Amino acid sequence: MSARARLGKYGLRTFALGYLALLLLIPVGMIFARTFQDGVGPVWDAITSADGLHAFQMTLLMVAIAVPLNTIFGIGCALLLVRTRFRGKALLNALIDLPFAVSPVVIGLSLILVYGATGWFGGWLTDNGIQIIFSWPGMALATIFVSLPFVVREVVPVLQEIGDEQEQAAKTLGANAWQTFRRVTLPAIRWGVAYGVVLSTARALGEFGAVSVVSGKITGQTETLPLFVSREFHNFNIVGAYAAALVLAVMALATLLAMNVSKRKEATT
Amino acid sequence: MSIVVENATKQFGEFVALDDVSLEVPDGSLTALLGPSGSGKSTLLRLIAGLEAPDAGRILIRGTDATAVPVQERGVGFVFQHYAAFKHMTVYENVAFGLRIQKRDKKQVSSRVHELLDLVHLEGLAGRYPSQLSGGQRQRMALARALAVEPNVLLLDEPFGALDAQVRKELRSWLRRLHDEVHVTTIFVTHDQEEAMEVAEQIAVMNKGQVEQAGSPRQLYEHPETEFVMGFIGAVNRIGALFVRPHDVEILARPEPGTEEAMIERIVHLGFEVRVEFILGDGDQLWAQVTRSDCEQLELMEGQIVYVRPGQAKVFQPPADPSISANPTTEELQAA
Repeated sequence: MSARARLGKYGLRTFALGYLALLLLIPVGMIFARTFQDGVGPVWDAITSADGLHAFQMTLLMVAIAVPLNTIFGIGCALLLVRTRFRGKALLNALIDLPFAVSPVVIGLSLILVYGATGWFGGWLTDNGIQIIFSWPGMALATIFVSLPFVVREVVPVLQEIGDEQEQAAKTLGANAWQTFRRVTLPAIRWGVAYGVVLSTARALGEFGAVSVVSGKITGQTETLPLFVSREFHNFNIVGAYAAALVLAVMALATLLAMNVSKRKEATT
Repeated sequence: MSIVVENATKQFGEFVALDDVSLEVPDGSLTALLGPSGSGKSTLLRLIAGLEAPDAGRILIRGTDATAVPVQERGVGFVFQHYAAFKHMTVYENVAFGLRIQKRDKKQVSSRVHELLDLVHLEGLAGRYPSQLSGGQRQRMALARALAVEPNVLLLDEPFGALDAQVRKELRSWLRRLHDEVHVTTIFVTHDQEEAMEVAEQIAVMNKGQVEQAGSPRQLYEHPETEFVMGFIGAVNRIGALFVRPHDVEILARPEPGTEEAMIERIVHLGFEVRVEFILGDGDQLWAQVTRSDCEQLELMEGQIVYVRPGQAKVFQPPADPSISANPTTEELQAA
């Protein structure tokens, strides 16, 4: 290898790693360092405080609602987009990307316009004693909205790549639509789905803007972990903020790791 | 008749894939649908399978109208050009798929799968994944999978199209032998006339969404009813309105009644067979297929003037109205 090629190769690596370090590794590493600067005790206290635990539960609830719904919708929508023809398909395709394009804060505000006390359904909802805005259903809606496109966008290219011959073969062998999906399509797209689920989960865990608008930020009631982190930070409770941020970061990393491990396992079989 | 197609028509947007096609396939036969790409042969096969629905017409399988019967209940085995192997399943699981859908008990599934793997010579590979098999092995697996559910009809869509020439030849004769063993009514689609002639008992030649002619390979070769069939099955020379097979061109050293003067432009030695290319007096081109010994006996040389006589020439009357191209009447001419 010539000196020039070697320089190019290592130069590019150094640049990529340096860029990531500045933007990602150093800040995340700093969270670890700052969190534990006074030892484990204060960190543990912050995480296990009543508000901290509640925020943790709220975040898990958001993930537990948004991710399964997005997964089902995502797979169904991807099948619709790839395997069928209908009028308005291009429109649906464009609408799915809307959450990527629109600022989360705007999403939050628009949800208030529709479901808030003075919104479209507001009167009807109040009459029936249903509260959506400033309560967990509204936060769930916001979380679903912002994490909506991931599964669809991961599954569509996989479906296109595998084609529909395997599905046709299953049908000639007597499989009905559900059996074909369950035994042929789903196993074939499982990595696309898994990746979409991981991205959805990560997005749902970290969502701040839209949830912050619709939640009303009521401590101990409508506060998720990102909101908790923000509040603690603004109240100069640095250890509390960093501790919760650490929990968030660990959860996100665990999700990514779980996928990589299972993917590697798959490759060896 | 095992399969009858009556006046089937199928359009994809503006494109007419099948135009009023009728076809009869005898029970237990091995039939080829032969034609160039876009002739409608694959569409016809998919219509029989129930993977497409005809716009008009009927499909009867074993005497009952199957036009409205969904693909799952037609009892057809289908083999795709690109195998359509279930990639996440082993060879065993692929072949067992249809039987497991039928909820057969485990022992029955196991014995049937092993019986079929034996039939397609994949006994030792039951635990492999499709990605670990060669193309030919994958196609044999696909065939075993289709046969596992004991279909009424076996349909193969260009089954050897994705394989290299050597494997293709092997699988052809193997399919022929397999059919003699299993005796299931089989239809396969191909664009390769040699493949159709070698494997099939009956050939339906398709062109532009219609069946031009159906018959035994010999019938089609010796008594083509249309210009297209004559040109598609075997090589052909065209001199004005005359159609002559290259092996029916006689080469003589001296003029005789019915001969034409010709100059040998090129002689190509292809082993046993020699291809002789001529230019006729009026500038038309012609070629003859002769054996090596004939070529030596006549002492043919490039540039030489000889006399050729087209034997067994045919004239096809063009259809009166091009939109109604029913089988045109054929006149066979014996060159005097």
